[in-house]
Amino acid sequence: MSLLSVRDLVVKFAMRHQTLTALDHISFELAQGERLGIVGESGAGKSITGFAILNLLSQPGFIAGGKIMFDGKDMAALSSEEIRLIRGDRIAMIFQDPMVTLNPVLTIGEQMVETLQAHRNISRSDAEKIAIVKLREVYIPAPEERLSQYPHELSGGMRQRIIIAIALLLDPQLIIADEPTTALDVTIQADIMELLLELCQNNKVSLILITHDLGVVSQMTERTLVMYAGKIIESGKTREIVNDPQHPYTQGLINALPQQTVAGHRLKQIPGNMPGLGSLPPGCAFHPRCDFATDICKKSVPEFVSFADVKVACHEVARLHKTKKAEAKDG
Amino acid sequence: MVDSIAPDLIEVKNLEKRFALDEGFLETVKFRGGKILREKREVHAVNNVSLNIVRGEALCVVGESGCGKSTLARLVVGLLKPSAGQVLYGGTRIDNLSAKDMLPYRRKMQMIFQNPYASLNARMSIEQALMEPVKVHNPRLSRAEIFDKVAEVMQAVGVDPSWAKRYPHEFSGGQRQRIAIARALTMDPEFVIADEPISALDVSIQAQVLNLMLEAKDQRGLTYLFITHDLSVVQHFGTRVAVFYLGSLCELADTKTLFDTPKHPYTQALLSAVPKLSDEAPSHIRLKGEIPTPINLPPGCPFESRCVHANARCLAEHPAPLQKPDGAIVACHAVEEGRID
Amino acid sequence: MSTDTLSRWARFKSSNLVHDFIHNKVAMVSFLIFAAFVIATVFAPLIAPFDPYDPLQINIMNSELPPSWQDGADPQFVLGTDDQGRDLWSAILYGTRISLIIGICAVALQAFLGITIGLLAGYVGGRTDSILMRIADIQLSFSTLMVAIIVLAVTKALFGTQSFNEYALFMLVLVIGIAEWPQYARTVRATVLAEKKKEYVDAAKVLGFGPIRIMLRHILPNSVSPIFVISTVQVANAIISEASLSFLGLGMPVSQPSLGSLIASGQDYIFSGSWWITAIPGFFLVLLVLVINLLGDWLRDVLNPKLYKG
Repeated sequence: MSLLSVRDLVVKFAMRHQTLTALDHISFELAQGERLGIVGESGAGKSITGFAILNLLSQPGFIAGGKIMFDGKDMAALSSEEIRLIRGDRIAMIFQDPMVTLNPVLTIGEQMVETLQAHRNISRSDAEKIAIVKLREVYIPAPEERLSQYPHELSGGMRQRIIIAIALLLDPQLIIADEPTTALDVTIQADIMELLLELCQNNKVSLILITHDLGVVSQMTERTLVMYAGKIIESGKTREIVNDPQHPYTQGLINALPQQTVAGHRLKQIPGNMPGLGSLPPGCAFHPRCDFATDICKKSVPEFVSFADVKVACHEVARLHKTKKAEAKDG
Repeated sequence: MVDSIAPDLIEVKNLEKRFALDEGFLETVKFRGGKILREKREVHAVNNVSLNIVRGEALCVVGESGCGKSTLARLVVGLLKPSAGQVLYGGTRIDNLSAKDMLPYRRKMQMIFQNPYASLNARMSIEQALMEPVKVHNPRLSRAEIFDKVAEVMQAVGVDPSWAKRYPHEFSGGQRQRIAIARALTMDPEFVIADEPISALDVSIQAQVLNLMLEAKDQRGLTYLFITHDLSVVQHFGTRVAVFYLGSLCELADTKTLFDTPKHPYTQALLSAVPKLSDEAPSHIRLKGEIPTPINLPPGCPFESRCVHANARCLAEHPAPLQKPDGAIVACHAVEEGRID
Repeated sequence: MSTDTLSRWARFKSSNLVHDFIHNKVAMVSFLIFAAFVIATVFAPLIAPFDPYDPLQINIMNSELPPSWQDGADPQFVLGTDDQGRDLWSAILYGTRISLIIGICAVALQAFLGITIGLLAGYVGGRTDSILMRIADIQLSFSTLMVAIIVLAVTKALFGTQSFNEYALFMLVLVIGIAEWPQYARTVRATVLAEKKKEYVDAAKVLGFGPIRIMLRHILPNSVSPIFVISTVQVANAIISEASLSFLGLGMPVSQPSLGSLIASGQDYIFSGSWWITAIPGFFLVLLVLVINLLGDWLRDVLNPKLYKG
């Protein structure tokens, strides 16, 4: 049985003039110990997915339909107290900016002990012992001394390690990491990612990694969802998606990377912008930017169907696949 | 004065920039070890940097946050005054010019900023924002002539001139960056400094803006100083690359040379840390420790604290940049001594 | 051109400001009352049944008549008369007019001085900033009323009551205006310091614009929100200051009464039963200041980006 099962999740935002659909029938499964990447541009709905799973949506957003089953329990049917107990304990979340996630007026130790005591009936000294063990797990030098330090005394990379240590405090079954290294430098990012991967593998923790960076997804995850304008448009094994993407948007994203083009030549850009949620075109939301769009793409929303080794939402996927194969043969 | 034959458009000589951390007398007074001391702490943002930018090239400066790359850009364009050293434009020293003498260079040098949400004045329509610089520098042009110029530039960057009456908040990030580029191009510059121009944009938009900048380079014969932290962009965009660490130049080489045979240990670590699509797991050179703060730098190599090849000489002596046979300039004792290749 | 102005109007109509205004009853009521005040004072000569400045229309025999809903009232004086037999309603209309004029002109003077000094201090920085801000600190350490009382009392003594009364309006605007500029200077300086760091200012410098153009065309338009907010509070404060000074006899003369001098002229008669001469102008003063402050509170809530963007 899967650890997390999201079925037809719909999230809406009640704005002043209209109600916007931020997530449109999102469905996916996550097994225990599995690592899933959610890729998309800003506004595609990838962060909202993470927030919705934890029931952390703030006004004006709300869950308008669908089911989120975590370990056999329906998250929507739980009381806010029951959800609070799951949050932080069974599911932990790591946010984007390590500079603002930690409370600046509390020491590292106080924040870690507070987290433990909120979920476990445990003495302060025992809590501190657990905290030190976890800090050591994330390779923080001299963990005993860190407990009495304040966040501002530590570097960004160090803080993100501490945030990961806090996330691990209660041995969660699932970690949701929302762009955990975007605010960090490349060399630090690589360290943190390696650490996160190692921890997930060693402790059989499931991971949802929300990011815009396909390279990171490729390194870290087993399965990937690609999101566009509030919908999942492609899902499958990460290898398959990276090596042989089927949806024209995924192809466009990968081809637009500078590493895919000979230096100095024009990059293969996707024209236009992702539409705002208030101005989605009819039919496939990607069709105005798509080179392969036909009349049907302008009229009807494509089904999310299995194709080759992945699932993809595109009317023209079969034709596209054929041309791509032919090109590969020629080239 | 201007020597048009000189191949170097920009020359930076022994440039230094220090920012005082303690401003005002009271902040400099410190109490330490039972004594009251007067101490001024300084951030060494740029440390004795020399480099040149050849006409028609795109020199990329890479490094991590706080390495002084943005400060370098601001020094070159004249937004900051250097603490020591010189900036030369076509052979003429420009870092000590008065605002009035600087004006002709202002037209030749333009800058594109990182955050397209902050670099456009929110209270000005696109038309006003683009027409203002033309009007200021060409007071005799008529309104229609100015608008023609603006419309031509808007067309060139792919923004419909009929949107000119709109305000920045009505545009997406990518479009705003196009408008910011258009504003720089209204001046017909020959040299453009771009400070992380795509890092605030989405992946699919980054490619659009990069392509636009490449087109502008080809059509208008621009020379670029391109500041970025994204190495994959550098590989694509740059003709030469300068790697910075803590305000010092580590390595400067042709793009191909640098990516094929990185020599400085920091360059090697940086290149290995870029996640690639073909990776199935992180595969990077692990550095020890963290980036030190650039306050009161130690006398030795700035990278010494994280370098696996460091020895006593690295701790004591700042390495000088030396040219290697393949043209790469490397500042590293270990490379100089042949301890690493 | 018409389509342009139309779209600007449409943009204004769909803005956050208007939306919030329509959904905020307190702001709406306050605005309606304030608008009524403004209209009534602008058209005072048309609305008022008498001209309080015309001695021929004042009859001492009509003095201290109560408001029309009380016994012994004369129906032609709706709110009664004051101690000289002046129609109170007409006097209040003209008095509010003077109070508003002084309030707005004084604030305009404060704003001019404060914005200029604040812009300079914030943009130029360094020693200029230190000197200007220390001057502001010194100015702030004297209370407005203290400065005003000293200056007004000295000028009144020097030039005599007669000529002082002639220029009382200008003196009040000048004194209140000069005494409170540091409020503006500090606010403007703080916003300028924040705006100065933004990239559009660097962009303007790179484009070769001079400092005056950058200050006036680029930084100032981006600093108007806080200026707007303090202006409302400052108008209310200036009206109160004017009323206080007039009450102390250092403001508007009895022949050209402001709300403050009306209140002052009635205070001797409160205990003899003619409470209305003080109470009714007092009520109008409180109402005027209250609605201005409420509008200011609402503006601050709406224009503070931290409160509505989150």
